[in-house]
Amino acid sequence: MDKWENNKAWFLVIPVCAFVAFSAIIPLMTVVNYSVQDIIGPGASVFVGTDWFKNVLHDYRLHDALWRQFLFSGLVLLIEMPLGILIALAMPKRGWGVPFSLVTLALPLLIPWNTIGTIWIIFTRPDIGLFGSAINSLGVAFDHTRRPLDAWVTLVLMEVWHWTPLVSLLAYAGLRAIPEVYYQAAKIDGASPWATFYYIQLPKMRGVLTIALLLRFMDSFLIYAEPFVLTGGGPGNSTTFLSIYVVKLALGQFDLGPAATISLIYFLIVLLLSFIFYQVLQRVGKGEKV
Amino acid sequence: MKGKKKTIGLAIYFGLLFLPIYWMINMSLRTNADILASFALFPIDLTFQNYIKIFTDASWYSGYINSMIYVSINTLISLATALPAAYAFSRYQFMGDKHLFFWLLTNRMAPAAVFALPFFQLYSALHLIDTHIAVALAHCLFNIPLAVWILEGFMSGIPREIDETAFIDGYSFPRFFITIFIPLIRAGVGVTAFFCFMFSWVELLLARTLTVTDAKPIVATMTRTISATGLDWGLLAAAGVLTIVPGALVIWFVRNYMAKGFALGRV
Amino acid sequence: MLYNGNDVTDLSAEKRNIAQVFQFPVLYDTMTVFDNLAFPLRNRGIEKMEVTKRVHEVADILDLIPFLKKKAAGLTADAKQKISLGRGLVRSDVAAILFDEPLTVIDPHLKWGLRRKLKEIHEQLKLTLIYVTHDQMEALTFADTVVVMYEGEIVQIGTPQDLFENPEHRFVGYFIGSPGMNFLPCTLDGDVAQVDGARITLDKKTAALGRQARGKLEVGIRPVHLELSLQPVKRGVPATVKAVEDQGSYKIVTLTLADKTLRAKLLEGKPVPEGKAWVTFPAQWTRLFSDGRLVK
Repeated sequence: MDKWENNKAWFLVIPVCAFVAFSAIIPLMTVVNYSVQDIIGPGASVFVGTDWFKNVLHDYRLHDALWRQFLFSGLVLLIEMPLGILIALAMPKRGWGVPFSLVTLALPLLIPWNTIGTIWIIFTRPDIGLFGSAINSLGVAFDHTRRPLDAWVTLVLMEVWHWTPLVSLLAYAGLRAIPEVYYQAAKIDGASPWATFYYIQLPKMRGVLTIALLLRFMDSFLIYAEPFVLTGGGPGNSTTFLSIYVVKLALGQFDLGPAATISLIYFLIVLLLSFIFYQVLQRVGKGEKV
Repeated sequence: MKGKKKTIGLAIYFGLLFLPIYWMINMSLRTNADILASFALFPIDLTFQNYIKIFTDASWYSGYINSMIYVSINTLISLATALPAAYAFSRYQFMGDKHLFFWLLTNRMAPAAVFALPFFQLYSALHLIDTHIAVALAHCLFNIPLAVWILEGFMSGIPREIDETAFIDGYSFPRFFITIFIPLIRAGVGVTAFFCFMFSWVELLLARTLTVTDAKPIVATMTRTISATGLDWGLLAAAGVLTIVPGALVIWFVRNYMAKGFALGRV
Repeated sequence: MLYNGNDVTDLSAEKRNIAQVFQFPVLYDTMTVFDNLAFPLRNRGIEKMEVTKRVHEVADILDLIPFLKKKAAGLTADAKQKISLGRGLVRSDVAAILFDEPLTVIDPHLKWGLRRKLKEIHEQLKLTLIYVTHDQMEALTFADTVVVMYEGEIVQIGTPQDLFENPEHRFVGYFIGSPGMNFLPCTLDGDVAQVDGARITLDKKTAALGRQARGKLEVGIRPVHLELSLQPVKRGVPATVKAVEDQGSYKIVTLTLADKTLRAKLLEGKPVPEGKAWVTFPAQWTRLFSDGRLVK
């Protein structure tokens, strides 16, 4: 649909800009300010220009945290996106199953994130947790507080359990919006279920899947509360993701300067990758008018 | 035949999904001592002690009330501002529109931690610390962009001819918007309301930073269960179960909107 | 349901060898035009050379050859409907093609092109085409046989001429023809239909059947068959002229007879009455309806 051209539309957009900018601009400027200062104590700081940026780029702990973050987000996206779509495909279209499915799916999403961490601590403990004791009774000495692999498994499992419903809900929305005639045409053309999925359903879900992918990428890349509560970044440094590292710097050591610098770089990485994802997904269906 | 396999797979997934939640309910109905003493698949010495503690201790239940207040305020503000904005993005072409849209999304891209202190300073300067409105406003930062994004998708699924017909028939813009347009995207509104509620309800960092006691949300109160004797698992589990309840009620209310919205939206 | 004598009622859609063109273009947006047309054949395992041959044949008939390499999604609505049609034609075993108001989304000035194309295909390939429309002009100019449905019931199957001259149901009389058939409630007196004092002579056969009919009687006659005269005429019924509309090559004269409205279609050259006119109902074109159904 061709849009009407009218700059007065700005009036409709001003409230949104006001509310968002209010919380966005000043804190952002403050953080940029921190990133160029050496904050020795409250009220005492020295301007250091780009020193922090140079330092930070050589910080090996930062690099490690960054790689761990990429690995985590990558794993999570690879599991959540297909799984979420599969669930959405399996969900009922009519009847009492619909509200039942929707409510059940929404349950993990509604739990505060620190509580999620706590639930999974309990759940995976061999003494009081269902999962923990079940795995241990199978002979696997599972302990996410001691072994990095177990910690990673628990974290990925927790994350997938927590957020796959978001992908499913969005994918379900996209699927319900496909008119029935497309399925009829596919049947007449003798298309297999796979062909129907690949040529009709997937292309038509492009919009929702873009939102799902971007949201999940951003949120998993920025993740903090759940892993912090579950492992605190350990054992050792094995699950110290980027956010956890930044917070350690900022609040633990009160090194606001480098923390702010890393945060800005962090932000730029997320921005760049999101932009790339967005453009790729828009282009993949170029020429398509839904 | 195919239908059966799908249903079984779905049932297995839902079952697995529910397990940690079931476990939490299990814990919540036992005392802490009981939990640590023995492992049990379901509560043998069932007790409501934990729940009673929460309902009678002001520092606990006020947490729930505070959360409900600022989340509701935030959802209202987000919806009210996002609706006209989404309409503008959907129907109009204006200077900088694509950039503005992307800028809105970028507000979800920054790691919260370091921003906590500047947020505190900003809201302090405005004497808004420890108020519900502070948290509601702060959450607008990420909820409004999401609301605009989702609503725009649903709105673009409604043909512009409907707008044009209404204007020709003499409807003023506010009247058209409220009596005709919003009912058409009522479903999209339901979905957006749910997501705004959800993201605001579970947000921890800003909610804890900007409040002290008066507006302390439940998410912050729950971190208090760490005592000298270690975590009180039973109490924590009960609090956890109770945090699901308001959200579950919200979805229950909008369930028909969501199912229908899922049939009308283009998103 | 029988195709060529075979009972296909219980077969699923894809086994019935039908194709369908829907109200709005249904395409595989991610594929090129070629792939769209090839899709039904590839799904049935037809080998590559044959697929290319068939696709080119069909694309040629539909004038789609220049578009074969283009992405289907970027084309205009009428091209897209042609592709939809093509997917049906490309299968050599297709028994019938169903069209569900396929020209609804097409721009008016492009509709005639598509209609002509459909007629050509029909003549060339000798396929059975079942075309659903609410546009009577389309139905009458297109079809060999027209099926008229009213409130879920088939009320008449016949050629366009049958529908015009012998409408079997009130709805057919009213819907076909512009303006629709005139209906006047009447009673029978021998061979004469009485409409509030006006006497209309019916032909003997119609009158005889009318006498046997049970329900409420109505006289039906098409506007074009009414004869108007400015002078009193034998068997003419007096009527008052209410309005005359000039439609170019003909005029529509609205008259009142007793307290009923009549419309007559006057061709160019015929004299136009003013004030009062005498209307003749030629017996061969005057029909009798009982409870809305043709008396025959």
